[in-house]
Amino acid sequence: MNIAWYIVLSSLLFAIGAVGILVRRSPIVILLCLELMLNAGNLALVAFSREVGNQQGQIFALVVMVVAACEVVVGLGILVAIFRRKLPMNVDDLRELRG
Amino acid sequence: MEAVLFFIGAIGAIGGAIGVVVSRNPFYSVLALIAHLFSLAVLFLLLTSAFVAAAQVVVYAGAVMVLYVFVVAYVGEGGESAWEPIPGQRFLAPLLGVALFVELSVAVLSSALKALETHGPSVGAGFGNPAAIGNLLLEKFLLPFEATSILLLIAAVGAIVLANKQKSKEDAGSAALTQRNREAGDGGASPGHSAAVPRPEEGPAAPAPTQGARA
Repeated sequence: MNIAWYIVLSSLLFAIGAVGILVRRSPIVILLCLELMLNAGNLALVAFSREVGNQQGQIFALVVMVVAACEVVVGLGILVAIFRRKLPMNVDDLRELRG
Repeated sequence: MEAVLFFIGAIGAIGGAIGVVVSRNPFYSVLALIAHLFSLAVLFLLLTSAFVAAAQVVVYAGAVMVLYVFVVAYVGEGGESAWEPIPGQRFLAPLLGVALFVELSVAVLSSALKALETHGPSVGAGFGNPAAIGNLLLEKFLLPFEATSILLLIAAVGAIVLANKQKSKEDAGSAALTQRNREAGDGGASPGHSAAVPRPEEGPAAPAPTQGARA
């Protein structure tokens, strides 16, 4: 398969993740859609790394995985804190910090 | 054969992604994301990056998704409200998604990257295997590698602080008392507290309301 197929697939997955973030209201699902977008970026990185025949793009993908793990840990910590304070699990109701 | 595997992986990835977005129950969203991650691992294998595929399955689909399942089970489903802050957002968002997809595809495909239309250069059998990635990580990219480890540490500490129980205001003074009790109770037995300054005049007289103060 041509590398272009992988790139097009990656942009499609990125667009699906972006739509999910815009449409859904539950913070958990928004975090999941964020994972979708990060994985689309990973796929593009690995595909470009294959295109130029250089393994350094795969290192980038691994670093993106680590950053995604950190984001998950902090995001889920915030979710648990929201749950403990009996706040609504809805991003439209959690708008106190909105400027 | 490669094309068949690619389309299987691509359909799995797209189906998983759509499943994440449209599932009503967050638990099904997590399961769909796991399917999506496995399909992506197939695509990574097709791109001859074995180590990234293995890390994807073990770390991502294994560990991170278990964390998600725990939190979904702890927090519960949480109904979605029908109220929209921006009118027509549910119809505008897919339009924006389509526009984003077209724009990204056009931007990449109309670029002057000639190698996009090829399979990429022929690489040896060692391309992307753990030995090659390990060499790169520990020699050329040692500093970013250590920086990500510090980032992980900071994230772990931040999660503990965030998910910790909030102390009420009248407990503000009892935190110090708890700490003092702990020092007095442990004495010098535990190696972690051996460096603490001993306070012999306060040690035995203090009561032990440790559990009550924390609840």
